[in-house]
Order: sequence, then C-alpha cells, then structure tokens
Amino acid sequence: MKIELRDPNKIMKLSRLGSFHQSKLSFLRSFLNEFKEWEYKRDLFNLNENGFGEAVYSFKKNKRVYSLVCFANEIKDEERSDRVIATKWDAAFTLHDGVPTKKDIERLKNEVPKQEVGRLSYKELTLSRANKSLRIYNHVVESLSKGQQPDLNLLSKVGYLYRTTAVYGSGKFGLADRFRIKNREEINGPFRLEMMLVYLVRQFTFDQVNHVAYYKNPKTAVKLDDNICKNLGIGNSTGLGMAPFIVNHPTLLNNWILSREKALKKIREIKDVESQDSDLFIDCVKKSLKNISSWNTDSEYQQKKISSLLKDVEKFLNFINKDFNFEIEYPFNKIYQWLEDNTCEECIEYIVSIMMEPYNNIVNPLVKEMSSDEEKYFNIPTHRKVEELRNIIEAKYPNILDINFEEKENNKNFWFISKNKEEPRLADRFEEHGSELEQPLAIARDIKKLYDKLLVSKNSLTIAEFLTSNSELRHVVRRAFIVEKFPYSEIQDNTIGKDLMPIDMLRLKLSFFGALKFDPRSDKWLRICMFQGAPLPNELKSYDEQWVYKTNI
Amino acid sequence: MKSLSEIETTVKRASKAAGYSWGVSEETGKSIRLLELFSLPGIKHLNEYFNQKNKSKFENLNLISENNFSSNSPYCPITLGVSFLDQINVLENLKKIEFKNVAYPIIFISFISRSSEIIGKKIMVKIDEKKMLLNLNVNIILNFIDQEFPKIANTIEVNLLENEDNFTDDEWNNLYKLSEETFVEESDSLKEGAAGAGLTDND
Repeated sequence: MKIELRDPNKIMKLSRLGSFHQSKLSFLRSFLNEFKEWEYKRDLFNLNENGFGEAVYSFKKNKRVYSLVCFANEIKDEERSDRVIATKWDAAFTLHDGVPTKKDIERLKNEVPKQEVGRLSYKELTLSRANKSLRIYNHVVESLSKGQQPDLNLLSKVGYLYRTTAVYGSGKFGLADRFRIKNREEINGPFRLEMMLVYLVRQFTFDQVNHVAYYKNPKTAVKLDDNICKNLGIGNSTGLGMAPFIVNHPTLLNNWILSREKALKKIREIKDVESQDSDLFIDCVKKSLKNISSWNTDSEYQQKKISSLLKDVEKFLNFINKDFNFEIEYPFNKIYQWLEDNTCEECIEYIVSIMMEPYNNIVNPLVKEMSSDEEKYFNIPTHRKVEELRNIIEAKYPNILDINFEEKENNKNFWFISKNKEEPRLADRFEEHGSELEQPLAIARDIKKLYDKLLVSKNSLTIAEFLTSNSELRHVVRRAFIVEKFPYSEIQDNTIGKDLMPIDMLRLKLSFFGALKFDPRSDKWLRICMFQGAPLPNELKSYDEQWVYKTNI
Repeated sequence: MKSLSEIETTVKRASKAAGYSWGVSEETGKSIRLLELFSLPGIKHLNEYFNQKNKSKFENLNLISENNFSSNSPYCPITLGVSFLDQINVLENLKKIEFKNVAYPIIFISFISRSSEIIGKKIMVKIDEKKMLLNLNVNIILNFIDQEFPKIANTIEVNLLENEDNFTDDEWNNLYKLSEETFVEESDSLKEGAAGAGLTDND
C-alpha cells in the first residue's frame, strides 16, 4: 500500500504545528545518539565554597574535542531575570572548539558573562546563560547539606535546577560561522552543538549543588542521588526571538517537517507489525501518561490542551485495548486514520511521535536529512515566466489566497526588531508606532499581494522582467520558488492576524529540539524542560532509548 | 572579528534602511558577505556608498543592454547588480557588456561573481585598467591586490568566457601519459574475468 505524505496545507497550519511533540527525530535525542561513544570528562572544577568560579567539561573522540566553559557568578536576587532585558545571570557558558588554554579561559571570563555585549571568537561555537530556579536550587542545597535527598514532590513541580534564557550559535556575537564546521560528520544535524551545550550545563548544575552542599556542611552532606539527577532536566525560557527563525529558514523548516512526514508515511506503510514493535509502542504511550499528568502550567490555554490530550490519549488506549488488533494489515495506518477521526490535533501529533519509537531503521536515516544547504536555493530562477509563478502560488498557497487582508483583523499585527535588545517583537499596527519598519514576516499577506500583481501581469513576462517594476515583492517571489521544491517550507497561515498565537511558532521549533512540558507564561513566551529523564554523561554508552517516557518525578 | 553571519544580517538591515526592498536587501547581504569572505572591501565600500547616497544622486539601471551609459549620475551598484543577476540568462548571449560610470564597482562585482555560478562560466571584468577573473563564485583573482578599489568606474567591461581548458593539449597529454603508468596491462584472463560484466553484453 502506498500512503501519500500528509497535505502541507493541513500540516503547516499554526494550530497543527503548535501541537507537535518531541520524537526520536528531535535534536536532543539525536545528539545523545551521536555522542554516546564519545569520551566525557570534567576537566576543571574551580568553584569556591559558594559555588562561584569556572568549570570545564568536554566530549572527546579521536582528535576532536568540544569543551563547555562555565562561569558561575554571584548576582543579587533582584538582578536575576529570565527576560531578555537582563544583564546578569547566575551562570554563563560557551562551547569552545578544542581544549581551551588558560589564556582562552581568561579571555572568555571577560566576555562570556557579558553575553550579547561580549565578543566571542571563531574558536567558540555556542553561547548561553542560565538562572537558578531559586525555589528548587536552595531547597536541594539545603537538603543535601543536611544529609537528605530533596523533596521529590517539589522537584516534580519544576523539573530542573537551572533554566537557560537564551542559547546562541551560528556566528552570533563573533561565534564561529556554520560554514567553518559544516563538514564535521558528528554535527551533521541541526542545533547539535546547542544541544551539547545544554546537556553539559545540566551536569554542571548537579556538580554545583553537590559542591555547595558539601561546603555548607562537609560532615553531613550527601550527593544528589543519580536517579534524581537523571529525572531533572534543564529549563528554558523562550520568547518571540525564536518565532522568526522558522520563517527565515524555509528549506530547513521543510527538512524538519518532511523528515517527520516521511517517517509517518513509512510507518503507515508497514504491512505486518512485529509484536515486539507494537508492544514497545503501546508501552511508550502508557508510560507517557505520566508526562502528561505531571505537566504543570498556570496557562489556561495550555491547561485546556493538556486536558483534552489526556482525555484523548486515554480514549486511544481504550481503543487499542478493546477494539484493535495489531495482527491486521497496515495497523499503524488504521491507527492514524482512527486518530484523525476521533482525537484532537494535539493527540494526533503526540501519538505520531510515539509511533516512531520502535523504528530506528526508519528514523535514523531521516535524522541525517534534517539540515539544509540554504545557499543553494537562494537565487531566484528569473528566466521563468509569470504564468509559472502564478500557478505555483495557486497550487501551494490555496488558503492564503482566501484571506482578505483589507479586513483589519487579518492585518492587525506587525513584527519588528526592538532597538533596545535587537530582538523580534510583535505589536498591534493600529495602536503602536513603528509599523513602517515592519520585518518581512507577513508572508501570507505579501504572497497575496504578489498574486494580485501577477493576475494583472502578462503571462509571458519573465520573472526578471516582472521584478524590474515589482522590487518590493522580491522576497516573496524567492519564497514561492522555494515552496515549489520544498512543500513544507511555508507556514500556511496568517502570521499577523488577530488570532495569531505566537507560541505555536515557538512550540513547533521547541518540539524539534526535544522539549517537554511546554508552559506558556503568556501568548508570547513559555518555559520548557529539556533532557528530563535523559541518561547522565557517564551512562551514555548504554542507555534506554525510550528514557523520555520513563521519568520518575 | 565579525562573523559572516553578522555581516550578512547587518548589511541586509542597513540596505533596507537605506531604501531598498527587503528582497533586494537580502541580495545585498549575500553579496557583501561574499566579498568579505574573499577578503575584498565590501563593508568599507558599501558604507561609503550609503553615505554618498544621502548626498548625491545615482541612476538605477533596470534593463541591461550591450552598452550601458549613464551620462548624468553614476549607476547605483546595487540596482545594477541585482539587474545583472536577474538578467544573466539573457546577457549570457551577449559575450561582452559595457557599462560607463558606475559607483563603487566592487559592490557590482559581487553580483557578477554570483552570476558566474548561475551560468557556469568564468567572467573576466575590466574596471578601467584593472582586471579581475571571477571563477564560478568560488574565488576572484585580481591583478591589483595591493591597490585601492576605485570609487567610480569610468568603464566596466564584462566578458563572459566560454568554458575552455586552461592548458594546452600537449600539457594534458603529457600528464595523461604519466597517469597511465598506474594502469595494469590486461592479460586474456583478466579481460574475461576482471570487469564483472558478462562477455555477451548485447543480449
């Protein structure tokens, strides 16, 4: 049986993209898989009794070394903020390419804690900072220093000791450009070095609490239990900065989604499913219920989504237990069809992610297809004709063409870059100033404008001729030719309408990172948890691949 | 040191602020990034051009022909570059194109370099007495590496080169002969068995 890839016009709607969940394709899971054979080491741990100072952690294989350089700083409570306007953080980190010399560490000590206003060099690959979760960190230190393990109930409410507030890579603030390292096989996957940084930061947080607890009371202190460490991740606060990324990198977005779609298609095309595979799938769905029930958020929007997800996953398990037989032909296709007919988008995408669990043979080759050589597709094929471009738009953006941008509600917002922080922001164009400096992120509106122009242009005109008098539409002409080749490269929705939920855009990206427990703090920023349940560095050589569904706190 | 990613992003935004559309600004970002990658003074000249743009007038050439002459003010190198890039498939037939009076020609050169990759042909450019060879957007060879780039080009001559070898037949044959010394003379049995395919391959 041949299954078609799902329709981009359905999958690329924001409500669907905002329902995506982590899967085996997620970058933090593929990072662990790639680096499991590497030698992990703590090379330097020079903290004072209060936990302030420097530390270096590394992954090494053959002659290649990646080193996380950590700087833990003393800051006042009132200086601590997760918002991008902060200027001080509890800890700052950079991933250095190779083994840092003393001179490097001195240089980095001056620059890394400054983050956006510091300067890094081509020898640094990623940059980040993090703040303590005060309610958890202090409790853990206190408990350990008294010889006790911390209260698991309290830990389960947060899930991490520190949360990062930004992770930068790819040439920002002087960091190495991607092209310098793109031929390294071990990082042939998006955001792999960012994932490495976050993973090593997680280990630093455990070492730091153990260290501080010990110096607080050397006679009674105990170390944080390995099993508890394993069930703690790293938090992350994410705002709008992430949203434009998925618009600005269309071929990359396509390759992420296409890999997911190909995986689903191949799984639906499996005629006979081995019992061990169906057992693993069902086991993961059952165990994952704990992830849903321990998913805490104050957001009413997310609470509703979690509640319908939980209800639908339970309904699904009921269906599998009572009405379903995996011995029929193409069982996963039947399951998928049932999900589409009976459950919400959040549940459909949740189960789709879990379907991948038994199938390394399908998923692993796709992981290698998730990067993109974006430069290759940048040039506009200007020899082509207006008629061809119009046909592409009609075929690829059918719903976009139905939107009336003359209506205020469809044209309500504009994206801009804040002068203060050089970060993307969203505002109401009818109430705020600045819309004349709008960023080119209103793709749906501009595609519609392009289409209207094409309708009154001669079919036989070349695109080069068309562009001589329509330069303002050049950015969307480029995109239309990209979507022709890359069907999942475009969000098929209005990114400036009144109903826009920007966190849908963030969730899409974070799901591919492998984030869990999305916790929206407003419609524009959210908190997440990464690596919760993941093996510790010294366990990497042999670990349970389904760790993500087996968290204990 | 600024990364190329920072250069591209900042140039894109600065070009938009200087009055170009977002699409043209994206092209400018790519082009200046390229110049800086090749250690050519892209940022310096773009900066000077944007300063001049506020004070002086520049001509936009949208449709390029064999001979292009701006009598009043110099051509804007960005509009000229984008037009060249867009029309390269047609311009390829002209072999030689001439431009008179072009501002900050190094900026224009970056677009010609990208065009060289699109048509898969090397392009020789003469800016007055200075020569440069654009090699399929992989590199740019200059005959004036230690001299300043001009701010105005009186004449730019663009020659689209045919794909031809860079060496003589004799030079090639000598080298080929030497390479043959790594081959093994086949015996009859090797002829029969070593190729893998059957002997009756026309069935």
